[in-house]
This record gives sequence, C-alpha cells and structure tokens, in this order.
Amino acid sequence: MSLEFLIASAIGVLTAGGIYLALRARTFQVVLGLTLLSYAVNLFLFAVGRLMVDRPPLYAPGVTDHADPLPQALVLTAIVITFGMTALVVILSLRSFLESGSDQVDGIADPTRDEAE
Amino acid sequence: MILTTLTTLPFLAALLLALCGRASRGVHIGIAGAASAVGLGLLLHAAPGVLAGTPLTLRIGWVPAIDLDFSLWLDPLGLLFAGLILGIGLLVVIYAQGYLAKDEPTGRFLSFLMLFQGAMVGIALSNNVLLMLVFWELTSLSSFLLIGFWRDRADARQGARMALAVTGGGGLALIGGLLLLGQAAGTYDLATILTRGDLVRASPLYPAILVLVLLGAFTKSAQFPFHFWLPHAMAAPTPVSAYLHSATMVKAGVFLLARLWPVLSGTDLWFDLVATTGLATMLFGAAVALFRNDLKAILAYSTISQLGLMVMLLGFGTAAAVTAALFHILNHAAFKAALFMNAGIVDHKTGTRDITRLGGLARLMPITATLGTLAVAAMAGLPPLGGFISKEMMLEESLHAGDGWLVPLLATLAALLSAAYSLRYATQYFGARRTGEIAAPHDPGLAMIGPSVGLVIIALVLGMLPMTIAGPLVRAATGAVIGGAPPGLDLALWHGINPALGMSIVAVAAGALLLWRRPPIARWVADQRRPDAKVLFDTAMAAVVGVTRRVSLAVHKPSLQRYLFMLFAVAVACGIDGALTTGGLPVGTRPTQAASPIAIVAWFALVIATGTVVIAQRRRFLALVFISVIGLVMALAFIRLSAPDLALTQIAVEVVTILLMLLALHLLPKIPPRLSDTPRRVRDAVLGIAAGIGTGWAAWAIMTRETRTSVSSWHWAHSYSGGGGKNVVNVTLVDFRAFDTLGEIIVLGIAGLAIYALLEPAARGAAGRRLREWRADMPHSPERHPMMFVMATRLLLPLALLVGIYIFLRGHNQPGGGFIAALVFAIAILLQYLASGFDWTDDRRKIGEHPLIAMGVLIAAATGLGSLAFGKPFLTSSFGHFTLPLVGEFELATATLFDTGVACVVVGAVMMALAQLSHVAQRAAKYREPDAEPPR
Repeated sequence: MSLEFLIASAIGVLTAGGIYLALRARTFQVVLGLTLLSYAVNLFLFAVGRLMVDRPPLYAPGVTDHADPLPQALVLTAIVITFGMTALVVILSLRSFLESGSDQVDGIADPTRDEAE
Repeated sequence: MILTTLTTLPFLAALLLALCGRASRGVHIGIAGAASAVGLGLLLHAAPGVLAGTPLTLRIGWVPAIDLDFSLWLDPLGLLFAGLILGIGLLVVIYAQGYLAKDEPTGRFLSFLMLFQGAMVGIALSNNVLLMLVFWELTSLSSFLLIGFWRDRADARQGARMALAVTGGGGLALIGGLLLLGQAAGTYDLATILTRGDLVRASPLYPAILVLVLLGAFTKSAQFPFHFWLPHAMAAPTPVSAYLHSATMVKAGVFLLARLWPVLSGTDLWFDLVATTGLATMLFGAAVALFRNDLKAILAYSTISQLGLMVMLLGFGTAAAVTAALFHILNHAAFKAALFMNAGIVDHKTGTRDITRLGGLARLMPITATLGTLAVAAMAGLPPLGGFISKEMMLEESLHAGDGWLVPLLATLAALLSAAYSLRYATQYFGARRTGEIAAPHDPGLAMIGPSVGLVIIALVLGMLPMTIAGPLVRAATGAVIGGAPPGLDLALWHGINPALGMSIVAVAAGALLLWRRPPIARWVADQRRPDAKVLFDTAMAAVVGVTRRVSLAVHKPSLQRYLFMLFAVAVACGIDGALTTGGLPVGTRPTQAASPIAIVAWFALVIATGTVVIAQRRRFLALVFISVIGLVMALAFIRLSAPDLALTQIAVEVVTILLMLLALHLLPKIPPRLSDTPRRVRDAVLGIAAGIGTGWAAWAIMTRETRTSVSSWHWAHSYSGGGGKNVVNVTLVDFRAFDTLGEIIVLGIAGLAIYALLEPAARGAAGRRLREWRADMPHSPERHPMMFVMATRLLLPLALLVGIYIFLRGHNQPGGGFIAALVFAIAILLQYLASGFDWTDDRRKIGEHPLIAMGVLIAAATGLGSLAFGKPFLTSSFGHFTLPLVGEFELATATLFDTGVACVVVGAVMMALAQLSHVAQRAAKYREPDAEPPR
C-alpha cells in the first residue's frame, strides 16, 4: 500500500462518514459530521500539494526538494477557522436546545421526551 | 452652494437631533427651527434670481454608468414647493414645542421631521428623475416613522403600516414609470426630459409610463381609490398631520404631475385619467367629510377632496388651470395647516375631537375660535380669503373643460359639499356651549397659537393682495410647469359678474341649506352599509400574506436535513457529471511512495475510529473519544508528511474542540432516541459513500499526477529574502498572504462575538429555566476544586505561557507562530477555569475577551496600515534579526507585530467560546427571574 492510497482512502472514508452524519436529525450528530467533513477537506487541500516525507518547508539556500508550503498555509488557517465554525454551530445548537427543549435540527419537538415530561 | 446647503441642512439637523436626544427641548427646537429658518432664508435670497428666469443648477457625478447624477436645480416650481416645505416646517416646529407633552422625546420627533423635510426639499430640487426617486422613497419612510411616532398605540402602528404599504407600493410603480420615461426620453436628466415631451408622447411606452407615474402620484396624494390611508395616518401627532398630511407630503403627487406636465399632459388619456380621478376624489372626499364627527377625520377627508381639486385642474391641461392649481396649493397649505393646528389646540384643551360634543368655544377660547373661523372661511371659499379666489378659478376652468355640462355641475356640487362641511366644522365655535371633557378650556400659549396666526394672516393676504404676495411666484411657476412663456395673470377677488361667481354663490347658499337639513340625511347615511376601507385593506393584506406563505412553503420547506441533502446531492451529481463529460479522472504516472507499517496502523485507527463515530453516534461521549482519535491521527500524518506547523495547530485545536464539545455535551441529551427511519438512513449512506468514493478518487488522481509550476515556488524563493523568515508557511501567513489572515481573524472575532451574543441571554427566559432544572438534576462532585488539580494547573500556567511565547517568537523561522502560540495560551488559561473555577479565574484576569479580540484586530490592521506611512502597499513587512541570551537569535519583524494581533484574536475567540460555555449554567443559577413577567 502506498501513502497516497492511504491518504486518498482516508479522505473518502471521512467524507462518507461526515456526510452521513451531517444528514442526521440531531444537532450533535450534525456537528460531528461537520467535524469529519472538515478533516476530509483539510486533508484534501493538503494532499493537493503532494505528499513529501521529512522535508518540511523550512527555507535553506539551495534546497529544491521540499513540501509545498502554500497548501500548508491554507490548511493552517482552515483548521483554525474550522474551530471557529464548529464552536459557533455547537453554541447555536445548544442555545436552540435550551430554548426549544428539542435537539432536533429543525426544532421539531421530541415525541418521546414530551411523554416523559 | 445654496443648493447643497438646502438639501443637506435638514439631514444634518436630523443627525444632530438624533445624536443629542437627551438634550433639553429648547435645544431640539433650536436646532430644527434654525435649520428650517436658514433654509428659508437661503431660498428667499435666491428667489429674485430664480423668478427672473435663471434657475440655479448643480451637478455632481454619482453613478454615471446608469446616468444617475446628484443633479439639483431650483426653478420657480421648485422654489414654490421648497418655500412651502421650509416655511410650514418652521411653523410646525414652533407649534410642536407647545403640542408635545413634557415627557415625549422631542429629539426623536424632530429628527424624523427633519429627515422628512430633507427628503421633501430633495424632491422639489431634484434635476434627475432617479435622484428624485430616492428622495420620494425617503418621504414614504419618514412618513411611516412619523405616523407611528406613538409606537405604543396600535392605531398608530397600523396607520403607519397602511400608509407605507400604499405609498410604498405606489413608489414601486413610480420606479417603473420613471425608468420607462428615462428610456423613452433617452436620458434621466429632468430638464432634458422636459424638453422631449413630443418624443415621449409618441413613444409606444407612453401609456405604460403614464399609468405607472399616475399610480405613484395618486397613492401619494391620496386620490380615490387609494385615499384610504390618509384618514388612518391621522393617528400621527397633529404637527405631523398639519405638515405631512395636509400641507406638504401629500402634495408631492401633485408636484410630480406638475413637474412632468410638459411631458405627459396634452393627450386624451391624460385628461381622462387625471381629470376624472381628480373630480371623483374631490366629490367623494367632500361627501365623506360632511358625515364625519372627528375633527381630524373631517380635515383628512377635506384634504383628500382638495387634493382631488388640484389633480383635476392639472388634468384639464390648460395653462389657466395650472395657474389655478398652483395658487390653490398655496391657499390650501395655509388654511389647512392652520386648521390642523387649530384642531390640535381644541383637542389639547377640551380633551376631545368629537364635533358633536363641542360648541360655543368662541366665548372660552376667543383667539383660537377667531383663527379657526377665518381658516374655515378660506376652506369654504368665502371672500375675502384666498380660498375664494382659487375656488372661483376652479369653477371657471370647469366651464371650459370637456364639452358638456357634467363637469361644471359636478364641480359645483363638490364646492357645495365643501361649503357644507366647512360650515359644519365651524359649529364647534358657535352655538350652545359644549366643551368636551374639560369644563373651562382656554386659549393656549404663544408657541401653539403663533404659527396659526401667521398662517391665517397668509390666507387672508392671499385673498386681499393676491397679486402682490403670490402673483410673481405663481406666474413664474406656471411658466415652469407649462414649459413656456407664463400666461397673463389676474388674481383678484372681484372679476365682475360671471358664471363662476354665480356657481360660487349657488354652492355656498346650497351648502348652508344642506347643513341645515343635514340630520335626517346623516341618519340615513349612518344606516347604509358601506365598505370600510380598513377592513378591506386588512383582508387584502391577509390574503396576500397567506398566498405568499403557501407559495413559499411549496418551494421551501424549512428543514436543514432537506437542504443539506440537496446540497450534497447536487455536489455529487455535479462531480459525476464533470467526471463523465471530461472523460473520467485519469490517474497520472507520478511514482507513489511505500507506506511504513506505522502509517498503515494509523490508517486503520482512523478508519475504525470514523466507523465507530458513525455507528456509535448516539452514544455521544464515546463518539467524542473517537473523534479525538481521528484528530490525533491527522496530527501524526501531518508530522510524517512534512507539515510540522499543521501538526502543532491540529493538536492544539483538537484539544480546544474536544473541550468545547464536552462542555456542550454536558448540557445536551446524552443518549437520544433514534429519529431517522431505515430507508432514509440507507439513502443517506448511499449518498455519503458516493461522495466518499468521488472525493477519494479525485485526491488519488491529483496525487498521482506530476506537479506543475505554481505560485508556491515564488513563496519559497522569496521567503527569506523578502519576508525575513525561514518557515515559509508562517511567512506566507503573516506576510505574503497577510490580507487573507487579517480577514480570517476578523471572521474568528465575529464568531467569538456571535457566541457571546448567543450565550449571554441564555440565562434568562425558557433557556434559563431549563438550565436551572438541569443543574438541579445533576450529581455534583463533593470536591469541586480538587487540590492536586488546582496546584498542578497553577504551576503549569507560567510554564505553559513560557512555551507559548517561545513558540510565538521562533515561529518565523521554525514551526510555530501566532496561531499555535495563541492556542497554547488559551489552553493554559482554560485549565485555570477548569481547576479553580470561573469566579476565581475571572477575578484575576486583567483583560476580557472583547477587548482582546478588538485589540488583536486593531494591532493587525494598524501594522498593515503602518506600511502605508512608508509609501509601501498595505501590509508590507520589514524585519531585522536580534539575539537574546537563552532564546538565541530571533527576529523582530513588523510581521511579528501582525502575528501578535493574530494571537490576541485567537485567544479572545477561543476563550469567549469556552469560558462562556463553561459558565452559562452557573450564570443561569445566579439569575433571578423577575417576579412579574411582562405581559406577552
């Protein structure tokens, strides 16, 4: 197995899991799904710069064989922004749950919990 | 210069009034009054030149691409209107001082009033039809604000909404009409359009233009059948009724007809539509006014009737009729504003506006009654007031309009009805003594009475010395309207015995007779079922809203699940389509690299963890644990694949993300029941797998192809020479692509603030109650702050901060930098929150999250702006290398300063999310619900 295959298949697995979870009906599952999806997206962006082992993009004169710095810079900001987005979605779903008493994504009341109350 | 001042002065006054809302009433009145007075002074200063035939003009380019210029002119017609607006405005401001109760916000009121004044002056002076549209809409909006000024009153809100719906709807039609007009004439420049009347009238667009423009004008000027908003607008404070809904704004429609007269009039269609509507409105308004009991309602319907009169005159399409219309505009403004002020005084002093409960006020309020009687006489068209002259001119013109006897007959009937309701209006001053709520009403102070004194004097002088006071203005304005030499003008009370005089005498006499025989007719009218415009309007609105809702629900189901599904499905479909049409995604020939056993193990860990998250999604803590496994594998992959910066960032972000989710999960249901049914889960799984195969294959296809030369080689080459750093990733972030980073930290800061806004109110209301219940149910550890944990974290704090600073400083040359350092700082502080509690930590923190975010953005932006001072482009960096003992060589670059800003924002945003979240339940527990909840 090659590194490229491992990364490509990991991207595929994360995407599939992320989309499946994002389509679920509970806010927390959607958050998990978005997290998986963002892993997949970050990895994909990173992979566009091709894979290099042990050649970090630290400048030294004369070196030509190095990892591509640009996708790395893009992914770095993407990771941080992902955190901001995740935090916002988490808080949004929490507030919506606290206001409505339901953690269903469309705010539909939960039949089972209504009976329990 | 004069034009700029005239248009901007009211807006400046509005702004100033809005800013100093807390200042005393005198200051407010001073500002508004001074703005109106200065405007009026400027206008008078410019008047002689304008009347002599040289209009002032001003043109400033605004959006030349759509032929929209800020183009103003002051011609005689504009002068007449602007004078009306500013003159009455000044009087209304003075009147408002006495009218508004002591505790009412005069600043807000006058601010709206000045906004309106500016918009009106703008309409009068616009020399570009698009610019005029802007001001036109602004008058609708400011009228909405003013009608709804008493916002706690339902009738005021409903009246405001109705006025906005009708005049705003007319405004939409007007937009269409004026755009078409511009197309037909080939320009939006008003003065040019006015010279191209033949072109426009010959255009196939002419009927559409005319109908649309008339819709705008008729809704604004309350012409039948769009009149119904005006009586409801009387819910406004009386100064507003006097100013907007009698003297100025409702005349904007009349002004528009006069303004576009050379272009649109002169056809049969114009005569049919305009004269007929005007005549119908004049009759209808006068008839309704006779049977109303509310003083302001009588005046409102009277206004509708008088506006109909002006519209009808303009519809006749002759120069003499235009003269009559313009002269009547002046007359009406004077006597109607005076009457509204008078009604306000009576309302104020007697506590009622019901005419059946008022009588004999002349003995108690002699000044008010005298002024009222004189103004009523003008409205009735009695000599020697100006109203008499303009009514006679109207009757005279009606004789020349059309072919038959119908128009003169109906015009006389309308004059008859006007005389009747006017005389009835005067009954409150005479006859038996009835004083409404208050036993002994009396004349008000100078502020309230003064303005109507002025207006009544004008109404009188307009009758006695019409040629001296109004002659030149009306003559020049007529010339401006008809776009040619002004006709000879002879305004006078006595023109000898002629048919118009006869009609006038008949009208007044019969009107008095009708009033005498009114009670049985009024009873009959009251018994009739008649459509209530408000009920019809509300029904129509409800129907429109219902249809809109049905239509939007048919195409738009408010469901996140459905949206996301469509989004992903469309993306997958596009991907498949793209791959098929371009012949698939061929794999390249780039040699692949063998994977080490460790890599394979890590891959297995990732796949299994992902599978577990998907399967165990409802056991949420478990899912969270496996999410962190995935994050860890990601970080390891980044290390292996030559991305140390990414690995550091990933691991730090992973920590805060998991902490955040743990805190949130704390408050969310732990193991909820399953919601989706099996077919739906299969459907989603199929979609997910399709997308997974697609993206995986795309990644594989890319990675197996050779690289091409890209911009990143430039980054590599210039990192050290241009950016002064060896860590190309960091240099890219803080230097080459710093503008991106600046945008990013702003987004992050906004996310932090949004989180605060979401969590701050969560302690109150329904959310607060749920939080308190939840807290009560929750088992608590007996030891809230374990000693070991507290001590360890306190020791850790300085160490962690040191590590953070180290990572920060070396970031330019080695893996590290502002983002990663900030995350380390944030985790160190968070540990204090976790170990020692929120209150303890909060007390010892010097800078809150809000200032931190603001500071960060400011530092980063200021660093970027600093380079401008040296004549370099935004965000250019400069640098130098320094050595410190222990730390070794490090670099000081302006980029470091930028990175400081980045770090501040990241710390602020992360802390905002986590600290607020960890604290929300405690805050809810401390929050005391107000005992009596406000009624919903």
